[in-house]
Amino acid sequence: MLLHARRDLTMAEAARGPGGTRVDHLLVADMVEYGSRVLDVGCGDGELLKLLERRGVDGRGIELSREGVNECVAKGLAVIQGDADTDLIDYPDDAFDYVILSQTLQATRKPRVVFEHMLRIGRHAVVSFPNFGHWKIRLEIMFGGRMPVTDNLPDSWYETPNIHFCTIKDFRHLCDLIGAKMEKAVAVNAWGSPLRLNAPWWFWNLFGEQAVFLLSRRH
Amino acid sequence: MADMQLTAPREVSDRVGEAEHPRSQVVHFGADRPLKLDAGIELSPFQIAYQTYGVLNSERSNAVLVCHALTGDQHVANMHPVTGKAGWWEIMVGPGKPIDTDRYFVICANVVGSCMGTTGPSSINPKTGSPWGLDFPIITIRDMVRAQGMLMDHLGIDSLFAVVGGSMGGMQVLQWAVTYPDRVFAALPVACATRHSAQNIAFHEVGRQAVMADPEWRHGRYLVEGTNPRRGLAVARMGAHITYLSDAALHRKFGRKFQDRDNPTFSFDADFEVESYLRHQGSSFVERFDANSYLYLTRAMDYFDLASDYDGILANAFRGTRTRFCVTSFTSDWLFPTSDSRAIVHALNAGGARVSFAEIVTDKGHDAFLLDEPEFHAIVRGFLQSAGAARGLASGGR
Repeated sequence: MLLHARRDLTMAEAARGPGGTRVDHLLVADMVEYGSRVLDVGCGDGELLKLLERRGVDGRGIELSREGVNECVAKGLAVIQGDADTDLIDYPDDAFDYVILSQTLQATRKPRVVFEHMLRIGRHAVVSFPNFGHWKIRLEIMFGGRMPVTDNLPDSWYETPNIHFCTIKDFRHLCDLIGAKMEKAVAVNAWGSPLRLNAPWWFWNLFGEQAVFLLSRRH
Repeated sequence: MADMQLTAPREVSDRVGEAEHPRSQVVHFGADRPLKLDAGIELSPFQIAYQTYGVLNSERSNAVLVCHALTGDQHVANMHPVTGKAGWWEIMVGPGKPIDTDRYFVICANVVGSCMGTTGPSSINPKTGSPWGLDFPIITIRDMVRAQGMLMDHLGIDSLFAVVGGSMGGMQVLQWAVTYPDRVFAALPVACATRHSAQNIAFHEVGRQAVMADPEWRHGRYLVEGTNPRRGLAVARMGAHITYLSDAALHRKFGRKFQDRDNPTFSFDADFEVESYLRHQGSSFVERFDANSYLYLTRAMDYFDLASDYDGILANAFRGTRTRFCVTSFTSDWLFPTSDSRAIVHALNAGGARVSFAEIVTDKGHDAFLLDEPEFHAIVRGFLQSAGAARGLASGGR
């Protein structure tokens, strides 16, 4: 399920860089080479695809919500209505240079299967997700005793589209499991600023509110 | 859906005159330029009747071909010469409309086998001097597209900016993209499929049998014998018309309401509004359409199966294509359901094509593509504008 459209922006999503562009989108876009072929899975209203096309990328998108799709197509983006959990299987191997899953991994029914398809369809995968290991979340569970509701994850457990949360540490474990090679990684704090590059993983897992990974198949 | 108002009856001769001498632009193809048909026959001589709107730019890069559906014709955005009604897609084509004739040079040609001026079974067979009737060769969707290709050659248009059409028109769009991949910059197949389903062939067969069961059909020789199988063709149209709507749309429009009466008459009169509506659809249709053309065109749709030339693998039909596609379907269309459009999209994706796909929520059924659907219109407009930018069309078009 890619329930992307029509919810309040989280703080990280609302954080804007130069030209009003979302900071998390800039981080994803910076991992994509100029002129490459890209599939954005769960592309929402097409904002990231637009940014990528301005950078010379031949972009395609899949989006579950009809509103999102129709908005994208009316903008002239090559977006189709579809479901990451069921439709990625239809794409041939190596069809794209990059397959992007931006803020969507945690909303899929089978994140591992989706991730494996991404690495099959694309030479690279770019995945961004909210880090459930962030200290605020840990504190909420520890002292509140309830599923956390934060600025970044504003929905209650019974109505959130996010059914498969993970921490940065969990995601690294999944990468090892399916043989994905980590090429780059960035974690950003609650205000959308990247954390120190030389910080250890435990530090990222505690202070990173969002993470963006660039991965490739291990040969 | 047409309104309920009855149109004045027209003489058969008026319609037949339109087949030979249409009130449209006409191009004649002589013996030197035959149409090579899939049936293995050459159709020659033949003619194509067409309408154009807007101005072709100096680069000849802004031409849009609109392909009409089964019972449509070339009068896409002007008053119909036989019925006096508005063009069948004036909501979509015109100045400032999604297919903007201020920007694009729009062409719509009557398909081969039809009856509005392009050669078909009601045209005169030059060998006999009387109407072709059933001697007319069987036509395919690809034959229609080949004929349109010859028209583009005649007009000096090497490459079309866009090919657009719904239903049978959508089949032509897909065939264009496969037959002439280098001549189509953007393709918009609407509410269609890459092959006609068994259910759709079945509906067509019922319609054809209704025509052929009419004693006035005379084995297709009704024009020679001075009869007119209007009852058979009207029944065919009534049946087909139901498939263009949806249960919800029929219920919304008619429900179980009585027509001009408060109680049932306990007879087989058209007590219900929906019956009266269908009878009107049938009777007005026969005034503008030829029964044999109905047989030939439904047959052409039945035979349509794009993958059959590619060992059944649809993706191979589109492999390496550089055409941009925008596929659209409608939620309540059960004649060409969204699953058909998804099959097109899957094949295009597998073939590496640049494709957009949107499904429009509506209860208006298959006919929705002809009606006021603002979301659909916004998509067509946006897709064409972005394709125009990629094509280098100035924002003004010319």
